[in-house]
Amino acid sequence: MARILAVDDSPSMRQMVWFALQRGGHEVFQAEDGVAALGLARQQPVDLVLSDVHMPRMDGIALVEALRRLPELRYVPMLMLTTESSAEAKQRAKAAGATGWIVKPFDPERLLTTISQVLG
Amino acid sequence: MDEELRQILQIFLEESSENLDVLEQGLLRLEQGPAAGEELNVIFRAAHSIKGGAATFGLDPVAEFTHVMETLLDQLRSGRRQADAAVVRVLLQAVDALRALLAGAVEDDATAALASAAPVREALEAVLAVVPGTDAAPAGPAGPAGPQATVGDEAAPAGEDAGGWRLQFLPHPDIWQQGNDPARILRALGGLGELHLRADLTQVPSLEALDPAQCHLGWQGVLRGEVSQAQIEELFDWVTEQCELRLEALDATALRSALAELDSSATGEAMAPAAATGNAADGAADPVGPAHETATPPAPRAAAAAPASVAGRSSNFMRVSTEKIDALLNLVGELVITQSMLQTFGGALEEDGKSGMRDGLLQLERHTRELQERVMQIRMLPISFTFNRLPRLVHDLSAKLDRQVELRFSGEHTELDKTVLEQLADPLVHLVRNALDHGIEAPAVREAKGKAPTGLLHLSAFHEAGNVIIRISDDGNGLDGERILAKARERGLIEPQETPDETQLHQLIFHPGFSTAEQVSDVSGRGVGMDVVSRNIVSLGGRIEVQSSPGVGTSFTIRLPLTLAILDGQLIRVGSQIYVVPLLAILETIQLRDAQLRAPVQNGEVCRVRDEYVPVVRLARLLDCREAQPEPAQMLMIVESDGQRIGLAVNDLLSQQQVVIKSLQHNYRHVPGIAGATILGDGRVALILDVQALSSLRCQPTRPLAPAALA
Amino acid sequence: MSLSERAPAPDTAPGLTAVTGEGDQYLTFVLGKEEYGVPILAVQSIQGYREVTPIPNTPAHVLGVINLRGAVVPVLDLRRQFELPAQFGPTTVIIIVRPDEACERVVGLVVDAVSDVYRLRREGIQPPPEFGGQIDAACLQGLVPVDGKMIVLLELNALIGQQASAASVAASLLHPQDSHLPG
Repeated sequence: MARILAVDDSPSMRQMVWFALQRGGHEVFQAEDGVAALGLARQQPVDLVLSDVHMPRMDGIALVEALRRLPELRYVPMLMLTTESSAEAKQRAKAAGATGWIVKPFDPERLLTTISQVLG
Repeated sequence: MDEELRQILQIFLEESSENLDVLEQGLLRLEQGPAAGEELNVIFRAAHSIKGGAATFGLDPVAEFTHVMETLLDQLRSGRRQADAAVVRVLLQAVDALRALLAGAVEDDATAALASAAPVREALEAVLAVVPGTDAAPAGPAGPAGPQATVGDEAAPAGEDAGGWRLQFLPHPDIWQQGNDPARILRALGGLGELHLRADLTQVPSLEALDPAQCHLGWQGVLRGEVSQAQIEELFDWVTEQCELRLEALDATALRSALAELDSSATGEAMAPAAATGNAADGAADPVGPAHETATPPAPRAAAAAPASVAGRSSNFMRVSTEKIDALLNLVGELVITQSMLQTFGGALEEDGKSGMRDGLLQLERHTRELQERVMQIRMLPISFTFNRLPRLVHDLSAKLDRQVELRFSGEHTELDKTVLEQLADPLVHLVRNALDHGIEAPAVREAKGKAPTGLLHLSAFHEAGNVIIRISDDGNGLDGERILAKARERGLIEPQETPDETQLHQLIFHPGFSTAEQVSDVSGRGVGMDVVSRNIVSLGGRIEVQSSPGVGTSFTIRLPLTLAILDGQLIRVGSQIYVVPLLAILETIQLRDAQLRAPVQNGEVCRVRDEYVPVVRLARLLDCREAQPEPAQMLMIVESDGQRIGLAVNDLLSQQQVVIKSLQHNYRHVPGIAGATILGDGRVALILDVQALSSLRCQPTRPLAPAALA
Repeated sequence: MSLSERAPAPDTAPGLTAVTGEGDQYLTFVLGKEEYGVPILAVQSIQGYREVTPIPNTPAHVLGVINLRGAVVPVLDLRRQFELPAQFGPTTVIIIVRPDEACERVVGLVVDAVSDVYRLRREGIQPPPEFGGQIDAACLQGLVPVDGKMIVLLELNALIGQQASAASVAASLLHPQDSHLPG
């Protein structure tokens, strides 16, 4: 049962992620953009980050980059959950330290399975 | 559907509605001129979000429809197509159709919405068909929760004759630092076929030198099965920089020997030169292994990253029901009353030298006040929320009425209480309709008059003396005084011999008997007249005025209180009663001396205040105060009422305090001259005077304009 | 002139009794010599008489407003409304009513004293006779004979509705902005 930080500027997407993951017994923290997520991640332990790419204030790639600099988050899987599919964006995400890429739309059950696999 | 899912869907629908607003406003701006790239990005993303969400929620018709729309928007964004009027019009229709589709999705009956969306979709496709090379779909098709094969699902059967791969996987020591776990990748690999592994421990240092945060392991293995190189490389896609990966394709024979070799080998043997190194950074590769991207042509420019770009829609917000806020607000209101009650009692303690108590009370007052202000702030929203509805209206009406109109806003950031804002929407819509229908002339008519063919409709909002002023001005034809007069006579609103001055005449358009079926047009006449507009504004504690000059234009001015909840008040005594006067209305207060009073006109007194004569209103008389022993008024409070100064004669001035406004209308009705009520520290009710209305109340008996039915 | 003098003698058929174990409950109160009833579901509370803040320029029977747990509630003096001489005594109370669920308005009625609670059957209610002048017949729901006396049932919506009129709201909009003043 992991603590998962879900970051998306769309409330319905956040809710959907929460809905999918809480069924697997995970605890889901929600943040509406990179800045809020960074704040949350500093306050409490997180086992996995699931973030949108395009968000106001701080986008997902910048978030991953910032989170990777925090010692306690260096080894935490960080997945992008996005409609973005360009190779260029993926490359930037990878360079920033992202662990993986999940493309929206997602099916709640599949998402849970995927996350469980990443968590091992 | 699951109740929780249903609720999330509801959130999505609300969000989509906001996105549609963004889309619509953006499109309307496009129409006004060439858009900055960022503008187009915002529009595109709004559509994109709707598509993504709709697909996730299984709203296929919405997702598919939005996909077509998005394709067109992507062309605009990339500059492959110009946003001309025709394109914008189709896109605006698409916004409407999408709204209907989303509404249909809630009602579980999308038949009607689908039917009406079909021609719009055809229109979109027709636009798309015109330009060659519309091949690039923006960002992937809108399949519902698309094919997301997990690794296990795709495991190819390892047939007897199957070949496979020999592989060597040497993670760099820092691989864990990206959150990547070699074990996970190997598990995924095992999902592709029959995997035989042997760990390479040669790089593991001695225990003293071991850094547990670093990976010192490597693996050699044989994967048996019909697996493509791309499938394997995909799994390693996200670690290409943090590992060495060698792959060698094996046929069935080679595979058998490789397996035997693996079983017997000691560790650390170098593999044969790899067939390929895992360097598959491109294209539709998928990181985690599972969750394949839906098969899509890649869109190079799709939503190029634009941080902090959903301008003005930064969503660092929390959705809280208004009910909760209002409950809080009410409670704070009660707290303010309790606090002022304590203050009243605390005042009596002062003589006993209980200064600690007094300090505490002062602090309580300060904190209560601040708390109240903060809570009130929660309810404040910029007026742009209401203004934003108007461009679309003007766009549609201009086309319908053959008008050219430039809609200009200023002061959109002026904040107003949410309730005021919501109730302001209908009156504003009506006034804008009216300006286009009756005010601004057709282009040809304007030109004949020497005006620019494009009319100007200007909506502005600003603060003035604790009020919010909203002005709606057009440079149209102005009000037709002759026609108003004729109609007012015809309807018996004024006596035949009466000749009202211009202001009175204009004010007649707000009379309930004025707006009639005769002037009902397709545009303005929807059963609501100016009287309803005026009534709505008055019920918000505001008022509306009109200024107009023939041929030059008309300007409506709406004055509204900043909030409906609190007021800085001056308590006054009239006879035995306490009333509250809004502090902002009071210009000055002077001692009333009989010597200053004159009575130059019948039943009217004036008082000389410096070099000006100010009409005096004796509140005891006006407020129908029946005292056994009337006492003479002591003070004269100079206030501004309806644009003129009047003096209110009162018996005494009491304290000043912030009061919580309670509605009198809620349980009773509107009382002329009374703005509302409040509850004083001792629990008694005190009425709040409507200073604006007092001057008219004062001359009511002599007004010919008020027919008996209205008295 | 009391109501019973004006009302024709009730025609109480044998076997038809208004008081049974079934039917709606009514709270009755005394006003002068008469007993009036209002549906008990409409009664929010009964308050002791207290100081009322008068509202200027309103009909005489509108005594004013009171503070009822933070809400401003108008108070009607039923004695004045029914043209009885003003009288306040130790049993004088304010009955707070809300005519029906659909109605948001809450109003206080000043009466001489609270009397009783009866369960009345609808069939037992007789239509109100035609009165001259004193009380608008629309304010009366009907008459019910109980224990040898007549209870006058009030129609709260009509009684309270008399206070509000759209015209009064409209009137306030119409006052012209200017006034002919010297200076």
